[in-house]
Amino acid sequence: METQANDVTATGSQTMAENQDNTPAANEQATPEVKMSARDLNLWYGETQALYDINLDMYNQEVTALIGPSGCGKSTFLRCLNRMNDLIPQVRMNGRVSLEGEDIYDSSVDVVQLRTFVGMVFQKPNPFPKSIYENIAYAPRLHGTGTSRSELDDLVESSLKRAGLWDEVADRLETPGTELSGGQQQRLCIARAIAVNPEVILMDEPASALDPLATATVEELIHELKDNYTIVIVTHNLQQAARVAGYTAFFHMGKIVEFNDTDTLFTNPAEQRTEDYITGRFG
Amino acid sequence: MDKKGFSQHISRQYNEDLEQIITRVMTMGGLVEQQLESAMDALVNGDQAKGEEVITSDYRINAMEVELDDACTNVLARRQPAASDLRLIVAVIKTITDLERIGDEAERVGRMALHLLDEDRRRSPMAEIAALGNQVKGMVNGALDAFARMDAEQAVRVAQEDIKADAQYDAIIRHLVKYLEDNPKSVPPVLDIVWATRSLERIGDRSRNICEYVIYFVKGKDVRHTSFEQMAEEATGDRR
Amino acid sequence: MERRLTGSASNPLIRTRYRREARFKSYTVIALFVAFGIIAAFFTDIISQGYTAFWRTEVKVTLDYNERAERIGRFALAEEMREVVSRGAVRSIPLEIRNNPELAGIQRETWAPAYSRIDQYRKGNETLSPELKALVDELEADGRIRTTFNWAFFSSGDSKLPELAGIFSAAVGSLMVLAVTLAFAFPIGVMAAIYLEEFAPDNRLTQAIEVNINNLAAVPSIIFGLLGLAVFINTFGVPRSSALVGGLTLGLMTLPIIIISTRAALRAVPDPIRLGGFAMGCSRWQVVRDHVMPLSLPGILTGTIIGLAQAMGETAPLIIVGMIAYIPEAPSSIFESATVLPAQVFTWASEPRKAFVEKTGAGIIVLLAILLTLNATAVLLRRKFERRW
Repeated sequence: METQANDVTATGSQTMAENQDNTPAANEQATPEVKMSARDLNLWYGETQALYDINLDMYNQEVTALIGPSGCGKSTFLRCLNRMNDLIPQVRMNGRVSLEGEDIYDSSVDVVQLRTFVGMVFQKPNPFPKSIYENIAYAPRLHGTGTSRSELDDLVESSLKRAGLWDEVADRLETPGTELSGGQQQRLCIARAIAVNPEVILMDEPASALDPLATATVEELIHELKDNYTIVIVTHNLQQAARVAGYTAFFHMGKIVEFNDTDTLFTNPAEQRTEDYITGRFG
Repeated sequence: MDKKGFSQHISRQYNEDLEQIITRVMTMGGLVEQQLESAMDALVNGDQAKGEEVITSDYRINAMEVELDDACTNVLARRQPAASDLRLIVAVIKTITDLERIGDEAERVGRMALHLLDEDRRRSPMAEIAALGNQVKGMVNGALDAFARMDAEQAVRVAQEDIKADAQYDAIIRHLVKYLEDNPKSVPPVLDIVWATRSLERIGDRSRNICEYVIYFVKGKDVRHTSFEQMAEEATGDRR
Repeated sequence: MERRLTGSASNPLIRTRYRREARFKSYTVIALFVAFGIIAAFFTDIISQGYTAFWRTEVKVTLDYNERAERIGRFALAEEMREVVSRGAVRSIPLEIRNNPELAGIQRETWAPAYSRIDQYRKGNETLSPELKALVDELEADGRIRTTFNWAFFSSGDSKLPELAGIFSAAVGSLMVLAVTLAFAFPIGVMAAIYLEEFAPDNRLTQAIEVNINNLAAVPSIIFGLLGLAVFINTFGVPRSSALVGGLTLGLMTLPIIIISTRAALRAVPDPIRLGGFAMGCSRWQVVRDHVMPLSLPGILTGTIIGLAQAMGETAPLIIVGMIAYIPEAPSSIFESATVLPAQVFTWASEPRKAFVEKTGAGIIVLLAILLTLNATAVLLRRKFERRW
């Protein structure tokens, strides 16, 4: 059965499931609901093409991991999902990215508004140089989702609780966010992202700057968050993708080589390149 | 899947670790084959020395099982193998268990052979037993060969040999039952022959298991507890 | 086992290296001393020349508000004292009597500033005729002559009489000019820098603007004076020699500096802060206002203070726009003629009379003190708010 490497979609993995009786994909009753998807996405930095015909579905309340060697385009693709690439002037792209069916690149879409639906956490924790309270309260206050002091207090508390940071900082909300440890800072950034109540959270290598314990805490947090949010995570760490993600897409040189549920991709990948990458033969 | 060499891991140490493991599996397999050979000699030809040798040498196979288990655990801990490497380690762990059991069965055959030293061989179906012995010897050899060459198709062929082994076993048992009916007083030696034959049949089953592991490793398909037709299909199909 | 770590001192290669290093180090120390020595010599010279201006000689005299004094103030003094006391001290007596008629006929004892030649004689810079010398000695013996701190230096404006000359009017003028410069250059400069750094697209036009701004910072200051003359005075009719035109001219000069230092301060804010803001759904303006500006403010202030300190010491452009005039009274608005401290120093330095030498030095001391304070404030600000990322 032939499947083109560039054109792996949800339907592709379903057809594979029909042929295999004992792969995990076949055990699902139905394909999960698609939250965000990319169709025929091409992107250029100036003259250089960085993404080729990307087609990918990201499922609701699932964690989708994007793996691949350095420079393969996964972070670039991630930034397409919340239009952060708009900030880079030399970027040009065509194709369609949709959130629940709506094209996010449509001219009527307010980018600022979009980013309250699709939040982002960065590789190096970047809390605002304000107090912990202000870090979290800033955006809701800006967008008007929290106006009174008590509303904001509740929002700050619930966000910090959901990010697993409340117990550690409840007594020092007025201290600067930059005085926390690396792992705490990253959880603060996650809490900050949650506070605006997004539907999708994008994470660009969120644990790569953290020590193993902090990494484990963040991974656990991701696991808890996925019940309420759709998460797309870029990671260099294959084991992290294996631990955290339900679905994994392997990027190589700007194309998606393979997309499948994580168990299948890591035990029995379909493509030789995927196999070579995850067994450490290149990358 | 194409035959892959192990020289392609970026980490050469990792390559060497995996190659070493496979080499040692083959060594263990060689030991087991040797044991089986000696046990058959003892049983069929009444070679006492060989019989004793089998019993005293069993410890070596057990030691290798422990050693190889340890090596595999280390690889799991240190390398977090994925995809084919993972399947290789899983296959190796299962294979050495079966190899160790084959060793145990060979040792039992040797012990039975020692019990039967004084018996008159002409009255027992030794020829058929020898034939069964050769059959399973061939299966062990074939399974290990398929493992070494990562040849799923050969694994299927060898696995299918188990049908013949089972048939031979059934024939021998029928023969022995009939003999017992005619000679009720010779139960003890007949029982010994039954145990020995049973061990040989079990060796055949275990060889089949090893073939299933080979198919799992090479093709990524778990063909345990499936029919031979399905096994053949999975072994020859594409890796999908 | 042979010890390999000790005994390296005996290795000739290493010894040479240490020697060379010591030599190099000594060069740097020598350079430091030379530079420091020159600065010390400069300061010593200035201070030694100028510090005497902070003291002045005063004479105790009896002012007789007689009839002749009503017409000419000098006649309120005894004849012998008329050459000892400063003319300026008695100049205003006729007006005083006219405004306060009850003063007529009164006699009053007061300490009046001495004539500059007397003052300079006592400071060792001039010689007097023997009669005057005897008079001074007599006054000294009587205790009617004293040296006090010259508060008048700080409270009075320029004067043709050196004993009465002070920096007040120049100081007020400088302050007004500085205020105008700040009001003009700071908002425009900071806003322009914010636009260029945060909003402007990276195209040819923006690059051209950048290059031009950098060039402007290198233009000789006197050109700005000519510009001020042509544009502000001739075209816009701003009063010549006023603090307004001086402030605007210096503002033009300071503008590139403020723009450049503001851009540097903005650029120093790390990008992850902005990205975090964007990811939270901020518009670009909100990111600048809420995240970039608060962090870059100390840097902006530092750059501004340094720019202002530089403007404070500028003379050439102000000369062109006419602020070199003789201004005895402090200006009361930015539209009136004014002068600034460096211009005042220049004027005094051009005076031939010896008494103005010490005034020049004192003026330089005051100017230096203000500039050093401004720069020190800038450094302190920077240190206090500097963040490590």
